[in-house]
Amino acid sequence: MTDEKIHSIRKKNNLMLGLVLIAFVVLVFSITIAKLMGGSTLEAYDHVRRPQLEDTK
Amino acid sequence: MTEVTLDTTSEQPDFGNYVSLLKPRVMSLVVFTAAVGLVVAPGSMNLVLAFASILFIALGAGASGSLNMWWDADIDRIMKRTQSRPIPSGKVTANSAMLVGLWMSVLSIGMLGLASNWLAASLLAFTIFFYAVIYSMWLKRSTPQNIVIGGAAGAFPPMVGWVAATGSISIEAIGMFMLIFMWTPPHFWALALFMNEDYTKAGVPMLTVTHGKRSTRRHILIYTIFLTPFCIGLAFTSIGGPFYFILSILFSIMFLMGAIKLFRRAETAAVADKYFEERKVFRFSLFYLFILFSALLVEAGFRALNFNLTAWPQVF
Repeated sequence: MTDEKIHSIRKKNNLMLGLVLIAFVVLVFSITIAKLMGGSTLEAYDHVRRPQLEDTK
Repeated sequence: MTEVTLDTTSEQPDFGNYVSLLKPRVMSLVVFTAAVGLVVAPGSMNLVLAFASILFIALGAGASGSLNMWWDADIDRIMKRTQSRPIPSGKVTANSAMLVGLWMSVLSIGMLGLASNWLAASLLAFTIFFYAVIYSMWLKRSTPQNIVIGGAAGAFPPMVGWVAATGSISIEAIGMFMLIFMWTPPHFWALALFMNEDYTKAGVPMLTVTHGKRSTRRHILIYTIFLTPFCIGLAFTSIGGPFYFILSILFSIMFLMGAIKLFRRAETAAVADKYFEERKVFRFSLFYLFILFSALLVEAGFRALNFNLTAWPQVF
């Protein structure tokens, strides 16, 4: 096997591994969002009062 | 004076070699059965979490496949069926297979726990342990009952899928487990009948090697008979129904007929047609499992559409 061949295989391996890692990051992020939402939409205070989020009792 | 060159005789593993360490064909069956276990379970699950759960169950199965290839590299080298695997063919070193297996186990168990629950993750951990340690390291080379008990490893995925969705083990999960557990011996022994020489050469105590093919044919028939009540019984659980029931009867009869045919066959006849019937039963057994699990999916679809018989008896 020539050096050139080895390098081209390694380049492809690195690229594939990179894609797998990106996919993993995306998946972990999606799981996080799914877990946080727990079936409802995500809303929170953003430095200002948001009356619609406050308990109206 | 001799020239000094870079050692280019050793192989450079490519990405595909690492993928084949995970036994993709076994993995596809695991994806399927785990997905069925998860989908037929009651209640609804977030799609992302369901997808992630199935993915990590499959990766866990892949991890155990890699550990199996690391441990069995010596016999894989001898058997024709396994000679082209990444380690025997010199593409990947045994040590990297072990590292891939161990790290993927840790990753898949941890991620399944985070995506679903820790009971499912513990079951997955147990499955990997069972396949890699109990089956590969211990039973495979020591007893002709190796695949009977080792078959449990393949039977766990639908149960893990079910537990990922529901958080507990119930009769339906045990039913799916038993279906695969009882199915594995006749399925694998049918293969052993025509792959016998491989196992003899490698010194693996398959039933065909230790007790002969006559006895193996009898065992296939007996296990297929014992499989039948588990197969049909699943129709009378909450995941069964008339559609599954009809298919389970039909496929049980077909599997039994195949087993009887193998039982009645003389070895000379099998050699004469190059194990045609044995190969047929082996292929049919794969189809059998696929159809029955698909039928469970269809029943789940009926339930989702409220298109089911309220009078259908649920015995279990």
